[in-house]
Amino acid sequence: MLEAHDLAGRRGHADLFAGVGFRLAAGEALVVTGPNGTGKTTLLRMLAGLSAPAAGEIRLNGNKVAPYSQELRSSVAYAGHLPALKDELTAEENLSSLVQLAGAPVAVPELRAALDAVALGRRRNLPARVLSAGQRRRIGLARLAVLRRPVLVLDEPATALDAAGIDLLAKLVHEHLDRGGVAVLATHQSLGLEPERVRSLVLGG
Amino acid sequence: MALNWTRYASPASFHPLAGKLIPWFGWGAAVLAAIGLWLGFAVAPTDFQQGEVYRIIFIHVPSAWMSMFLYVVMAFWGALLLAFNTRLSGMMAQAIAPTGALMTFLALWTGALWGRPTWGTYWAWDARMTSELILLFLYLGIIALRQAIGEARRADRACAVLSLVGVVNIPIIYYSVQWWNTLHQGASVKPTGSSMEATMLWGMLVMSFAFWFYAIAVVLSRVRSIMLERERSAAWVAALPEVGSAR
Amino acid sequence: MAATAPPGVEAAFGAGGDGALAGLRWAVARDLRLAMRSRAELGVQLLFYVIVVALFPLSMTPERNLLATMGPGVLWVAALLASLLSLPRLFATDHADGTLEQIALSPYPLEALIAGKVLAHWLTTGLPVALLAPLLALQYYLDGESVGVLVAGLLLGTPILSLLGAVGAALTLGLRGGGGSLLALLILPLYVPVLIFGAGAVDSVRAGLGATANLSLLGAGLALALVGTPFAAAAAVRIALD
Repeated sequence: MLEAHDLAGRRGHADLFAGVGFRLAAGEALVVTGPNGTGKTTLLRMLAGLSAPAAGEIRLNGNKVAPYSQELRSSVAYAGHLPALKDELTAEENLSSLVQLAGAPVAVPELRAALDAVALGRRRNLPARVLSAGQRRRIGLARLAVLRRPVLVLDEPATALDAAGIDLLAKLVHEHLDRGGVAVLATHQSLGLEPERVRSLVLGG
Repeated sequence: MALNWTRYASPASFHPLAGKLIPWFGWGAAVLAAIGLWLGFAVAPTDFQQGEVYRIIFIHVPSAWMSMFLYVVMAFWGALLLAFNTRLSGMMAQAIAPTGALMTFLALWTGALWGRPTWGTYWAWDARMTSELILLFLYLGIIALRQAIGEARRADRACAVLSLVGVVNIPIIYYSVQWWNTLHQGASVKPTGSSMEATMLWGMLVMSFAFWFYAIAVVLSRVRSIMLERERSAAWVAALPEVGSAR
Repeated sequence: MAATAPPGVEAAFGAGGDGALAGLRWAVARDLRLAMRSRAELGVQLLFYVIVVALFPLSMTPERNLLATMGPGVLWVAALLASLLSLPRLFATDHADGTLEQIALSPYPLEALIAGKVLAHWLTTGLPVALLAPLLALQYYLDGESVGVLVAGLLLGTPILSLLGAVGAALTLGLRGGGGSLLALLILPLYVPVLIFGAGAVDSVRAGLGATANLSLLGAGLALALVGTPFAAAAAVRIALD
């Protein structure tokens, strides 16, 4: 479903990686690991369609995709280092706004159920300003759950999450793969994924 | 036989080509400038209204022409970069900007020196001078944006977008300034002596070619430096004879 | 909002949306809501406009004719500066908190989302400036007809300022020093025609000529800016995110 061939990444003058390739079938996850500065974020941003690879190509459902192509933008859900939350908006408003931005229909009961699922149900009317870093991350998890995009690209999704939060993340990824989605994760957390579903990629190794 | 011009779009093959062209354009500029200055200062007759001072026209007009022409060329390279993503285009645009700014500055400077004896003032809010001043700001904006971004690839593309926005705006700016000028100053200053002596015209043409050749030579030598700086880790740079012998 | 699943996306997954209008609506609604949550900031910008306009008479002899001659220009320059002052925030906060990435990755056309943001920017800065202008014009002894033309010019011209400004704001995203003074250097030269036609409209009326020519030119400029700048700003946003 998602493949990459011979990808090369560059940041300024530095060559980060070259010759990276993988092939993910429905229900499989790619876990990217490697020391800091080896290009994990650069690779994930390429897969999300935010930047162009220095070389190589990315294919989605067999079609070659360019950065910002319509196909990528309607099938990938990307979560980067930054939570994309507005301090002035409440948790629920933030979630609703992000879901709407992703072009998905907004159903209030569904949004509230998603916030309940990440244990933010009672805090949904608090402005994001007063939420902790982990709680802000959880709004991001609720967004991914509501969007149900076929491709998840998550950069360090476990950051700032407590043990219960990581369980929620693991559950989200599991359900996503069970539905036949694919996921690319840059994380050192195991998330309890079955080894036969996981491809791993070590950058800078 | 179709010439494969895309071959020269790669820095590795453009670098030696530019190196071969620079002396031709450099010496061409020197010879043309010598002829042009001789025509302008020795052959062309004294103007019956302005006297000798009009001779600054041989520097002023070519630099003003080049200042506008170079902006368009820079925007053209910017468009090529955005359309085809060729590395050379960004380098060319980067190399042109300082020369364009220099030409704009020269045009303003010589305009002021010319204005003092003829209009009695260094600066007049004349339509041409005002648009030239705004053009200088546009050049400086592009140079400053590149400086602020630092990273070459992003700077190339951001400057390309800015120069394209600028090139659409230049005619509008020029037209608006002219409009403003006619609204506010009934008697606008106009170059005197509409019937220009043939030798004056020749002098100006030859000087224009001299400026043109100079600009090409300088831009090519600047683009060679930019190439070496940006591609310092590339194999073709290491294989250059001058780099090899230095080791 | 009813959305249908685009081809290539399995029914099990959420549907992607399309349509420039929906994107535009999203951006306007969100930015207006955010602006309403920080109303104080908007008030400060308007106060800046008021103070700049009030400073000029203090720097000279407040003679009636002189002020009436200068008035249109001063009000326009102050409008330019007020627009410039609010521009860095147009994309910077979205860039800093990661929202801009999600905006760029949205299935809605980025150009439409940006046009929506610009519209919200104009509604919160340009429009109040235009509506406040008659009050400030009193300080400059402008007559009724001049004030009418001034407001008409501001209504046509300030959207151009927001549109051109969006390109500059996107180009200077995330640069050292916040990009404030660099933004001024990039954008103010491009503002020149708006200033000339806007202030010129009032001058023409005062000189007994009609303002139609100037106002038509502003309208033409607005049409051109509407067509071109969202694409330039979208390109600049993608460059800044790369």
